[in-house]
Amino acid sequence: MGKAIEAKDLNIYYGSFRAVEGVNMLIRPKTVTALIGPSGCGKSTFLRAINRMHEVVPGARVEGRLELDGEDLYGPGVDPVGVRRQIGMVFQRPNPFPTMSIYDNVIAGLRLNNKKLSKDATDEIVEKSLRGANLWNEVKDRLDKPGSGLSGGQQQRLCIARAIAVQPDVLLMDEPCSALDPISTLAIEDLINELKQDYTIVIVTHNMQQAARVSDYTGFFNIEGTGKPGKLVEMDETKTIFSQPKEKATEDYVSGRFG
Amino acid sequence: MTVDITKSPERVTAPSPQRRGLARRAQLPRWAVPGGLAASAAVVGLVLALVGFSTGLFVVGTVVLFTAGLYVASRIVEGSRKATDRLVTVIVTSAFGLAVIPLISVIYTVVSEGLARFDVEFFSSSMRGVVGEGGGAYHAIVGTLIITGLAALMSIPVGLLTAVYLVEYGKGRLARAITFFVDVMTGIPSIVAGLFAVALFTYLVGPGARFGFAGSVALSVLMIPIVVRATEEMLKIVPNELREAALALGVPKWRVILKVVIPTSIAGIASGITLAIARVIGETAPLLVAVGLTTAMNVNAFDGRMATLPVFSYLSYATPGVPREPYLERAWTAALVLIIIVMVLNLLARLIARVFAPKTR
Repeated sequence: MGKAIEAKDLNIYYGSFRAVEGVNMLIRPKTVTALIGPSGCGKSTFLRAINRMHEVVPGARVEGRLELDGEDLYGPGVDPVGVRRQIGMVFQRPNPFPTMSIYDNVIAGLRLNNKKLSKDATDEIVEKSLRGANLWNEVKDRLDKPGSGLSGGQQQRLCIARAIAVQPDVLLMDEPCSALDPISTLAIEDLINELKQDYTIVIVTHNMQQAARVSDYTGFFNIEGTGKPGKLVEMDETKTIFSQPKEKATEDYVSGRFG
Repeated sequence: MTVDITKSPERVTAPSPQRRGLARRAQLPRWAVPGGLAASAAVVGLVLALVGFSTGLFVVGTVVLFTAGLYVASRIVEGSRKATDRLVTVIVTSAFGLAVIPLISVIYTVVSEGLARFDVEFFSSSMRGVVGEGGGAYHAIVGTLIITGLAALMSIPVGLLTAVYLVEYGKGRLARAITFFVDVMTGIPSIVAGLFAVALFTYLVGPGARFGFAGSVALSVLMIPIVVRATEEMLKIVPNELREAALALGVPKWRVILKVVIPTSIAGIASGITLAIARVIGETAPLLVAVGLTTAMNVNAFDGRMATLPVFSYLSYATPGVPREPYLERAWTAALVLIIIVMVLNLLARLIARVFAPKTR
């Protein structure tokens, strides 16, 4: 578990519109990489391209290479469904399945894929995933209750548990804390720190303090103007980005002068 | 109507600028509405008693007089805003009353006329060998259930899958064409559906063929667009985030639809389907031309005519035998049974929606 991702001259299109241009990026295994930048700069699009979720939008495609430990994710014959099983994702808004209990939500990834597992095996996976998401102690007595009855922060951790239950190599997080209160945010950030022991984590965030707190590496995306493609301006260790960035735009952004 | 503000009573009683605060205004007493209604009724009643009484005129006259009186009184005492509020309240309430009158009237008539033959014999015997008194609609009830059941069996899968296609897969021209034709189908008069079924089976099995299945086909033509529309609306309100959440877990799209999208919206879909059944179960015209009527029980939908409740009711009423009364009574009771079935289906739809609805606690 915990694989490297490398983008080589990656362009992402929606139809004829180029949303992201020429990204070269190496995401090291078992690190936390934060993607920051102003709204609409393509960081979420880039994130979604990593597990081919952006293909859900009709007309979306990529050019260039995106490799997971050297394997091209967009190579011929690569099934996007298989890619998504290796690269999990947590969304901006907590989205537990409303028809399922907490227990069923956690093993949804396995059960929806019709994996036949014994009761003991699923019990073990559920407990391990919920412990992994720091949620076990709060919900162990009500696993059969609906997931939508939990608080927002708990729901988001439930979604993280659901994502790690399928044992992915990489975990993508698209602004996972933007809908949460500060205490839940802290819980998620602590969790991210623990998860990086096992997983490669890529997180998109608008909160620069958060990027500074949780990430090892930070990539700054920017856009020249409306209708122009987003670009990766600079990527480096987080402390470098926040203390002595090479680019002027990065410095302006992290110091709050723009964006 | 233009109002001269300077002469309106508001200005006369307006508080002095020094004591702005919360402006208090005189109000009509609470008994103004019931009292005014009673007074208008009394006045109109008296007037009508002199010129000749009629219920319709009495109700209309009372409402008009009451509305006018209340508006004027309110305008004088409470001011124009409040008066307009009262006027609109009366209009809206009257419109509601007007809409409910036919409904209550229909239910009252059907129940009072239909209760005469709402007995065990009606539910246990057919019309075989019955002339005049007695007999029942057992065969018609069974026929209605069989034909509507077959129609539902054909319409639900087709309608459901069409809706899934439109919401989850349909892009571009084909989807637009399907949506258009579903809309057109919604507006097809039911007799056209019946004639279509007759023409189809005349072509397939020869002229003069009338049997239950032809009626089911006609009902399907009417039912499919309703099922498509109801299901489509329900699938559309499933949040896209749930689809993405499942896709991001590496679940194939068809499985996402089957295991996440449909279960999430099953409550609405099930109640929509039940309402679609309720909508077609009372169709008369297509069954009249495609199925006909029998006096005896026939449970084979593929051979020979079948009795159905709407057709039974219609023909008993339109072409009664001699003596007339038993036929008319049976017609009303058949209508009552039909209303009860539709009501039960509606209740069932609510129950289904409640049982399947996602729980939060």
